[in-house]
Amino acid sequence: MPKRFLSIWFRRLLTDWKTIRQPDLKGKSIVFARPDHGRMLIVAVNAAAEKYGVAEGMTVADAKVIAPNLEVFDDKDGRNLKLLKGLAEWCLRYTPLVAIDAPDGLLLDVTGCTHLKGGEPAYIKDLVTRLKALGYDVRPGIADTIGCAWAVAHCADSGLIVGENEHRTALMPLPPTALRLQGDLVHRLRQLGLYHIGSFIHMPKSVLRRRFGADMVLRLYQALGQEEEFLLPLKEPVAYSERLSCLEPVRTRPAIEHALQVLLEQMCKRLYVEGLGARDATFSWYRIDGKNGNIDIGTNHPSQHVEHLFKLFAIKLDTVAPGLGIELFVLDVGKTEPVSQKQSDLWAAQPGLNSDEVAELLDRVAGRTGNKSINRYLPDDHYWPERNTRVSDSLLEEPTSEWRTERPRPIQLLQPPEPIDAALALTPDYPPKMFIYRGQRHVVVNADGPERIEHEWWLEEGEHRDYYIVEDEDGGRYWVFRSGHYDADQPQHWFIHGFFA
Amino acid sequence: MLATKQEIIDKLRQDLLRWQGFEPPKASAEGSFGLPNIEASFPNNTFPTAALHEFISYSPQDTAATGGFMSGIIKTLLAGGGACLWVSATRRIYPPALKQFGLDPDRVVFVDVSYVKDILWVMEEALKCEGIGAVVCETRDLSFMESRRLQLAVEKHHITGFILRKDTKKVNPTTCVARWKVSPVRSKLRPGMPGVGFPRWKVELLRVKNGSPGSWTVEWKNRQFCQITETQEQKQLHQYA
Repeated sequence: MPKRFLSIWFRRLLTDWKTIRQPDLKGKSIVFARPDHGRMLIVAVNAAAEKYGVAEGMTVADAKVIAPNLEVFDDKDGRNLKLLKGLAEWCLRYTPLVAIDAPDGLLLDVTGCTHLKGGEPAYIKDLVTRLKALGYDVRPGIADTIGCAWAVAHCADSGLIVGENEHRTALMPLPPTALRLQGDLVHRLRQLGLYHIGSFIHMPKSVLRRRFGADMVLRLYQALGQEEEFLLPLKEPVAYSERLSCLEPVRTRPAIEHALQVLLEQMCKRLYVEGLGARDATFSWYRIDGKNGNIDIGTNHPSQHVEHLFKLFAIKLDTVAPGLGIELFVLDVGKTEPVSQKQSDLWAAQPGLNSDEVAELLDRVAGRTGNKSINRYLPDDHYWPERNTRVSDSLLEEPTSEWRTERPRPIQLLQPPEPIDAALALTPDYPPKMFIYRGQRHVVVNADGPERIEHEWWLEEGEHRDYYIVEDEDGGRYWVFRSGHYDADQPQHWFIHGFFA
Repeated sequence: MLATKQEIIDKLRQDLLRWQGFEPPKASAEGSFGLPNIEASFPNNTFPTAALHEFISYSPQDTAATGGFMSGIIKTLLAGGGACLWVSATRRIYPPALKQFGLDPDRVVFVDVSYVKDILWVMEEALKCEGIGAVVCETRDLSFMESRRLQLAVEKHHITGFILRKDTKKVNPTTCVARWKVSPVRSKLRPGMPGVGFPRWKVELLRVKNGSPGSWTVEWKNRQFCQITETQEQKQLHQYA
């Protein structure tokens, strides 16, 4: 299928936006200005101001002389990009591939999308009418290449839809500015009398490159479709996506739940056929007033279970704000994994971590308390106590090494170790006779040790630790250590690191 | 014709227990816990599984001892399969140490919630989930109403729940089937031997439904519980001597 691109040019993005925000400005002449070398330069003008002859690049002082009651607003860096991003998200209802075309346009890859609205003219009409209803003055253009669509949207007077393989003829009468060229290059072309693209389109490539540089050639051939040009989509297209548009905007919870249910059924059917399960999913909604939102879920197991996924979304469904009504729901599944065959599990006497119920329980828990809250530990090949476990992100991952039990380890570990006063440690090899922890004296009656654990120098530098297991008069058993070497002249650093059962 | 009075009373007692939900033990449902003296103080002489157990702890030392004792029990509960969920907001459990009490640390899923009020929510959800063998939750307070909710979940889904109440200020009535307190006591080695012996605890049953409270000394030795009685200890001392 030949590619089709739609370029939308927002002619007065900033001023239109201001008028939408403040409806009482309608009909008044407004401009946006920003400081430049100690004066205020106009960067955006609305139609009313333009009538007086106010143009971009003028100073505000000059403009105020020719236009009475001129309202001036400060421009802010990146505001147009922010607006375009919102508009691009709004446009996602027309096609999944939308890109921002700075400073004041959008580019849509509409290949295979236009028939949904009944052809390209109807598609454009629908889009433009709705953007106009929002208050934006837009010019669209559809063509086979991005360059041509842009040229038509910005420079053509009529014929905004360029038919298949007609872009060459459509470009001929347009001025060189339609090629997205630098200002000085356009000026040079005009000086040479090249007012239309048609006047130089037949020139040999080498001549054009020599006279006007490689950039101009690239732009020309991009518009002609002889050089590749790619969109940088706002949202990465996902492999598994289902959409549901509503005939009438919906705003009640049962309706939203029903939409979610329908989407999940479609999605799970598709995943089931391919033997896959979802590891994450996003449910997004688009409101009629141009706002949108989404909720994300993640699962511990690849799942194609409608009820389970529905439950996970239901926890967060309260955050859906339908406002005046929602017209489109989209369900995306980003990460999929093959679902293991369950037949062998049927014979297992009692299910454990491999059971679906446990995985679904943990998904619900993660939905409420956050993904970080669920930890499953596997042994890691380190002696350093803080490092000998690692968190496994899968419930089915098997330990690669044995849990070590040859040395007793405390059942409660303090992280980080807390300093204690252990004044009565007599000689290098002996445990303390007494220590004070949190203001309480513990007289040591039995002790085991020392067990020296060295830092792994290839991971971290630091002092080694000499661990002792000590038992006090009341039967409390503690894991204490001295950090570093024993030195009679230096104060010793003792820490408590845990409690034995 | 009629049985003696004692037999009638025994029969009525059994009936009462059954009505209250204490089923007589099924044959070989689980392995033995290895705590015959303690099990004897429960109705039907069985450790009640599919019930809520409450453990009281006032100090970190108690919490550590309770952790060890609980792990030993959970090990038996999980012998037939299933997973364990450990719910806490202030967890200090060091997973590798669980292996010393026979519990595979990779079969325990730790849920570290950031809000205390989520602990009981997770606990209740877990008690309703098939495939879970035991649930442990560390909390400070448990009101009667909250314990009742958990009890209803337990009755329906037959999962054993352990509630570890750390630093609790007030011990209020709950629906838990038993209230325990485990505290460490000094380990004993052969006379003249240096070092620290096997973990030894004083296990107190403060309250048992339809049973008799008591206090015992238990040691963890060779991967199983070992009950210590006075006479036994005397005998051992003689042996060593």
